[in-house]
Amino acid sequence: MAWDRNQMAERAAQELQDGWYVNLGIGIPTLVANYVGDKDITLQSENGMLGMGPFPFEGEEDPDLINAGKQTITELSRTAYFDSATSFGMIRGGKIAAAILGAMEVAENGDLANWMIPGKLVKGMGGAMDLVAGVGKVIVIMDHANKKGESKLLKECTLPLTGKGVVDRIITNLGVFDVVEGGLKLVEMADGVTRAEIDSLTEATLVN
Amino acid sequence: MGKIYNSAAEALDGLLFDGMLIAAGGFGLCGIPENLISAIKDAGTKDLTVASNNAGVDNFGLGVLLQTRQVKKMISSYVGENDEFMRQYLSGELELEFNPQGTLAERMRSAGCGIPGFYTKTGVGTVIAEGKEVKKFNGQDYILEEGIIADLSIVKAWKADDTGNLVFRKTARNFNPPAAMCGKVCVVEVEEIVPRGSIDPDHIHLPGIYVHRIIQGEHEKRIEQRTVRQREEA
Repeated sequence: MAWDRNQMAERAAQELQDGWYVNLGIGIPTLVANYVGDKDITLQSENGMLGMGPFPFEGEEDPDLINAGKQTITELSRTAYFDSATSFGMIRGGKIAAAILGAMEVAENGDLANWMIPGKLVKGMGGAMDLVAGVGKVIVIMDHANKKGESKLLKECTLPLTGKGVVDRIITNLGVFDVVEGGLKLVEMADGVTRAEIDSLTEATLVN
Repeated sequence: MGKIYNSAAEALDGLLFDGMLIAAGGFGLCGIPENLISAIKDAGTKDLTVASNNAGVDNFGLGVLLQTRQVKKMISSYVGENDEFMRQYLSGELELEFNPQGTLAERMRSAGCGIPGFYTKTGVGTVIAEGKEVKKFNGQDYILEEGIIADLSIVKAWKADDTGNLVFRKTARNFNPPAAMCGKVCVVEVEEIVPRGSIDPDHIHLPGIYVHRIIQGEHEKRIEQRTVRQREEA
């Protein structure tokens, strides 16, 4: 059995260390917040907040308090607010220990593509290019293959890049992979997943 | 001459011209200058270039200026959630310059601080780097990005005193301070104008030196993604 979305998020949460400031992307990465347990983790929202809290109770939504996905959220006792230039100052300045992001494609050299599909989908990179260029560790969570069953772990990205050689670790529904010299190194397999399954669904070079 | 004006139209009087560059504060629909956007719509100023992180939604925020075809070009980091924007862009009616979000914020901030350009690692090796100067620092590549000086900044704050000292609220601060800093003229709309002296000088987020005209306005403050959690049963 491959991991589901929540299991992938739970596995990603294990990457986070006590005391870290972390930025979580939109989608599955957001779920990582549910699994940090007792660790002292401060979440950054790049629209100008450290110490992001959970969604508000119904009736307590505040239009002045949203996350980078434009969702209503809450503040915590540790929360600090700041402007966008300051926010990306701390991102670019390497103060954020890790970013966990979704991706469309990752290449074996750590190239990441997650912001546009030419001619089809034009949404923009938002803060993703700044994050992957600036934070300490870039962790990608994504499905191993796309809906057509094609590998998203590639020898080279086909889509426009978000960053070049920026990814450190990839967590897919099949396992955990590190970007190393010469390709991707299989670190861990999801329960019940076989090496043959991973080999058949991975275009990138797997090194031992 | 005081900084307080009676209406958005009055505050923009003499500042608008076709083909101008406007920097707008806000992130999504949060902390956007709703009243000033409406007044620009009413004024009918055309061929605008607008530097703003987002372009609003179809019928709210900067989206209203797209519907009236007053915008020639957007400088933004993210334009999802806006069908009319997508349509105009894909059909070639609207120019779009994608900027990484932090690069856009710093282009505004730096220009406002008299720094015409800066080197950043953001976008190295991507389409963003095309045509830009590359310089090595400590063995790593950085690209040169230029500051944005706007003809006009439109900004939303929570409170202002009559000298233009501003206080923002929660994440509605976002791009508003950098947008304010990069404008040759900065017009601010607030929820409340308070007497000078009533804001603790230590609690001012943006000093009034950046602010030229102020209006008090009504704000709809639309929520883009209403997300809530359930109360646990006792």
